[in-house]
Amino acid sequence: MVSLLTAFVIGGVLCALGQIIMDFSRPVVTPGHILVGYVTGGAILSALGLYQPLIDIGGAGATIPLSGFGHSLAQGAIASVKADGLLGAFSGGIQATAVGIAAAVVFGFTMAVLFNPKG
Amino acid sequence: MYNQNLKNKYNALFNIVQRLKEKKEQAQPQKEKTTIPSNLNPVEQEELQKQIDQQAYQWLVQQHQPRTTWLRNTILAFLVGGIICTLGQIIQNYFRGFGLTLREAGTVTVFIMVFLGAFLTGLGIYDKIGKYGGAGSIIPITGFANSIVASAMEFKREGYVYGVGARLFNVAGPVLTFGFIISVLIGLLYYFFT
Repeated sequence: MVSLLTAFVIGGVLCALGQIIMDFSRPVVTPGHILVGYVTGGAILSALGLYQPLIDIGGAGATIPLSGFGHSLAQGAIASVKADGLLGAFSGGIQATAVGIAAAVVFGFTMAVLFNPKG
Repeated sequence: MYNQNLKNKYNALFNIVQRLKEKKEQAQPQKEKTTIPSNLNPVEQEELQKQIDQQAYQWLVQQHQPRTTWLRNTILAFLVGGIICTLGQIIQNYFRGFGLTLREAGTVTVFIMVFLGAFLTGLGIYDKIGKYGGAGSIIPITGFANSIVASAMEFKREGYVYGVGARLFNVAGPVLTFGFIISVLIGLLYYFFT
C-alpha cells in the first residue's frame, strides 16, 4: 500500500511540475517540448545518479513518467558500455527501451487503423 | 509581458475608476459611460481612455485570470498524473507477485500502460482525461502512446504509409530522436571518462 501512495505522490509531483512549466511559458513550450524535455532531463539526471533514488522511493511514480524512459535510455547505454565497450553506447539505450518503443509503434498503428477520431 | 510601468499606470487608473464608481452610486442620475474624471484636461482624458481600453484591461485579465487557472491546472495535473502512476504501480505490484524481477515487472508495466494509452485514445476517452489532466496526462508513458495514436488517426485519410505510418511519429519522432542522441552521448561519455 505504501508503494501506491509514494507512486501517486512522486508521479503527481513530476506531472504538476510539467504543468507549471507549461502554464508559465505558454505558448512557447508545447506538450512536444515537455515530452522531449522530460526524456532528456531524465536521462541526464539518471547519468548523474540522481534519478535512481527517485525510483527507489516512487517506483512506478518515477518510471511511468517519460523521465523514467530517459532513465532507461541512460542506464541501458551505461550497462552496455560496461559489457560490450564502445558499440554498447549505441545499442544499450535502445535495447533497454525496445519493448516500450515497439509496443508504442505497434499498438499506435493498430489503434489508429481500428478507430476514427471522435468529434 | 509583465511591465512595471504598466502596472503603475493601471493602479492609478484603477483607483480613478473605483472612485468614479463610488461617486456614481452616490449620485445616481449621471450616465457615465466614460470612466474619466472631468477635472482633467482633454488631452489627458483621451490618453487615459485609450489606456483603460487597451492596456489596463488586458493587464487586468492577464493578472487575475491565469493565476487561478494555473493553480487549478497544477492540482489537476498532480491528481491525474498521480492516478496514472498509481495504476502503473498496481500493475507492477501484481506482476511482482508472480515472482518477476523488478526490471521485468517494470517492462511489463510499460507495455501494458502503452497499450492502455493507445486503446483509450482510440476510444476517445484519453482526450477527455487530457482535457482536465493537462501535463498529468501528457507526461506519463500513456501520454506518449496517446500522442502517437492521436496524430496517426488524424491523418488516416492520407493513407497508411504517408498518413498513419508517417504521422505516428509527429510527437514521438522528436522524443525518440533526442532520447537516442542523449543516450548515445551518455554512453560515449561513460566509455571515454571511466
